[in-house]
Amino acid sequence: MKNLKLFLPVIVFAVLAVFMWRGLYLDSRTLPSMLIDRELPNFELRTLEPGDQLATVEDLPDEPFILNIWGSYCLPCLQENPIFMAAREQNLVPIIGVNYKDTDDAAREWLDINGNPFTLNIVDDTGRYGIDLGVYGAPETFIVDANGFIRYKHIGTIDYRAWQDEIMPVVRQLQSENQVAGS
Amino acid sequence: MSVSATLIPGRRLQPQYLLACLACVFAVWMIISPEVQAQAPVDVYDFETTEQEQRFRQLSNDFRCPMCQNANLSSSPGGVAADLRREIYRMIMEGMSDEEIEAFMLQRYGDFILYRPRLTLQTVLLWFGPILFLLAGVWIARNITRSSGGRAETTDETERETAVTLSAEEKARLSRLLNDQPDADNPTNRS
Repeated sequence: MKNLKLFLPVIVFAVLAVFMWRGLYLDSRTLPSMLIDRELPNFELRTLEPGDQLATVEDLPDEPFILNIWGSYCLPCLQENPIFMAAREQNLVPIIGVNYKDTDDAAREWLDINGNPFTLNIVDDTGRYGIDLGVYGAPETFIVDANGFIRYKHIGTIDYRAWQDEIMPVVRQLQSENQVAGS
Repeated sequence: MSVSATLIPGRRLQPQYLLACLACVFAVWMIISPEVQAQAPVDVYDFETTEQEQRFRQLSNDFRCPMCQNANLSSSPGGVAADLRREIYRMIMEGMSDEEIEAFMLQRYGDFILYRPRLTLQTVLLWFGPILFLLAGVWIARNITRSSGGRAETTDETERETAVTLSAEEKARLSRLLNDQPDADNPTNRS
């Protein structure tokens, strides 16, 4: 019993060390999404191009696609753009843009300068649709399956590594699921 | 207590007293002022009743900003915080209850949005951890005071022997030393 008491500080230290060590690698900046495996919330929003048409979830692809929350003010979005452009050129997966809390003019100018990787861009200038998606800042990226269910969410910049190691494996998985279901 | 200490001439102010006092004042201040926070951003919303306005204040204080994570919605200047305040305003004006508004937030942002976490299996330690630590502290403090208090009447063999073998001469020397007088038996030890 006395020996056990002697080791009490060591035990306390060990317990604290384990918790704090784990704490070092916890990422508190990225919130777990509540929407995984839930249906993409409905919307009725303007499209950025070709013009002021209204779009709803019915206008989204009926194959797996990527939904990217972006804005012309958002620096990380600029970083993501070449990756998305390459994906569009190679016809890997449709990418839908949600122009989040931006102005149409600035957004169109940004696309003119940097290239437009989006097959469709919907305008969420008030951020109301963003709230439905649990978005708290661009860029955020969702992967939606062929049935319109959100299957994955990435918060923050998608760099080349995230694209290769996180996004594309999920996309391929969903695409093969879709092919099995279609055949 | 530190103030009176400085008033007594010749008695030095102990820095740890001052520190303890400051800590107490700070702790009391943290407890009594519920809104120790940055200046809240100004929204201009019109309410029909003061009750609605109060609910708006209460709700935007209770929800946490998902972007600037250490602020509530009412004190956060972040873009999404303003959007969420606007949504709270809309829902209040549409006559939704506090519970419905909370459900709206939870559905989109999860437990994270609540500044006062719900009591679940995951948050049990969060809620009761402090009490646990307090009890542990009380237990440790009691053990320490008990063991030091018990030493005087100890029955430990070696300690009693030491007490007994102090001769009268040694006791006299000890009391001299304790009274901070020069040691007569050992003249070299004057420094």
